[in-house]
Amino acid sequence: MNFGTVQALVMRYLYLYTRTPIRAVELLFWPLVHLLVWGYLTMFLQQNTDDSFPYEITFLIGAVILWDVLFRAQQGVAIFFLEDVWSRNLLNVFAAPVTNADYLGSTYAVGLMRAGVTVTMLSVLSIFLYSFNIFSLGWALLPFIFNLLIFGWALGMISTALIVRWGPAAETLAWAVPFFIQPFAAVYYPVSALPVALQWVAKSLPCSYVFEGMRDTLKTGEVDWASLGIATGLNVVYLAVAGILFVRVMNVAREKGLLTKFSSQ
Amino acid sequence: MLLMDSPVLQVTDLTKAFGEVRSVDGISFEVGKGEILGLLGANGAGKTTAINMILGIVTPSAGSVQVFGEELHASRIKILSRMNFCSTYTQLPGNLRVWQNLKVFGKIYRVPQLSRRIDEVLEMLEISHLKNRVSGELSAGEGTRLNLCKALLNRPELLLLDEPTASLDPDIADKVRKVVSRIREEEGTSILYTSHNMRDVEEVCDRIVFMHKGTILFTGTSEETLKHFEKDSLEDVFIEVARSGGIASRKKEGEP
Repeated sequence: MNFGTVQALVMRYLYLYTRTPIRAVELLFWPLVHLLVWGYLTMFLQQNTDDSFPYEITFLIGAVILWDVLFRAQQGVAIFFLEDVWSRNLLNVFAAPVTNADYLGSTYAVGLMRAGVTVTMLSVLSIFLYSFNIFSLGWALLPFIFNLLIFGWALGMISTALIVRWGPAAETLAWAVPFFIQPFAAVYYPVSALPVALQWVAKSLPCSYVFEGMRDTLKTGEVDWASLGIATGLNVVYLAVAGILFVRVMNVAREKGLLTKFSSQ
Repeated sequence: MLLMDSPVLQVTDLTKAFGEVRSVDGISFEVGKGEILGLLGANGAGKTTAINMILGIVTPSAGSVQVFGEELHASRIKILSRMNFCSTYTQLPGNLRVWQNLKVFGKIYRVPQLSRRIDEVLEMLEISHLKNRVSGELSAGEGTRLNLCKALLNRPELLLLDEPTASLDPDIADKVRKVVSRIREEEGTSILYTSHNMRDVEEVCDRIVFMHKGTILFTGTSEETLKHFEKDSLEDVFIEVARSGGIASRKKEGEP
């Protein structure tokens, strides 16, 4: 990976956002809407239920914030590619001395920045609006975020690979892929709430261990490092599989001339 | 200026099949140092597919592409850093300012003294006054010249130009042709040039490769091409090749 090339590709993305502030709507507005909806729902449930109501309900806000880490990281990878498609710049990039590693490295960096911006905003607002402090997770927050970032990058690579393989008509996958897994990711409810068969699906997703872990940590103050270890191990597998898929699809794209079709449509 | 002893680009038996269709069918040609080779043919002749294979965007089904004496598939990134391309079918991101687009690609190509080089290429294409404009607001002709600026940023030793004058008025097209000739003269750049504009070809190209349905019909200078096809102008040759594959005049290159 060449750092200068990664820097140049990231710089292009930053230029894009500073040139057109309206893009911040996508980065700030939708997450804010989610926070407000889930935050006020949480407050309503807290005020209108007795003490027997599950304590975890207050963690819905934490779930909104951490889900955004995964979603923004995935979007960073997938939207980065689509920006080149939309601007008919794809061939300029792939005909330049840019390796797959350079390209992916820059998408990871953009995903990290996107997640950083959104999560910072949501974390600060949730303190002021709902007295919910995600930082009360302490140091455990770092492995939680790290695991969600890695899984988001992996999903981003898978989304991009599918779009390359199936063409511009599959663009919507850039937004849809994270929501394919969301029902099984234990974001807003525990894995045990799922039917037994689907619990196995949940246990195959690294993010389910993070969301379960977040609830446990906020409730007990203890961190289940073993579960986080499983999440990290699964993430290594997902990242490797997604990387292999991406490289193989790019090779198929070169075989079938798929990249040139993005420029002509 | 021409040094054909050691071709900068050597294409050998290059073939690309998409299913049953052979878009490029066993073509061979070379571009010497400082040479401008015109790649001509009607729509669907296989020119753009050939260029995409030379850029490594499309993988050949058979044959080889050697650039600077090295196999493209083995040293793709190293080779691409010494070449560049401009196509009428691509654009630079429309949301970025002209200088921002050039700065991004200048960094990707690791151009030394980038700010100065950006000013140089903008001046060369006579669009210095557009430096701070948003790229998406440029006219088609200005956009093409911006693309050319991107292609010249790294002082490429091999430049692939895919219909660079397609959207330009005669005045600007003439200026672009002069720039192309100038960089060849001053920097010894080797250029592969596709165009449907026969004036471009006559004025700029040293030799011409005439393609039809993925194959090469003839390779030679303008004069040799006219003589071969027994026509008075390259435009007449182009029309005959497009309509009859040149069969009316001559057989395929290499045939007895």
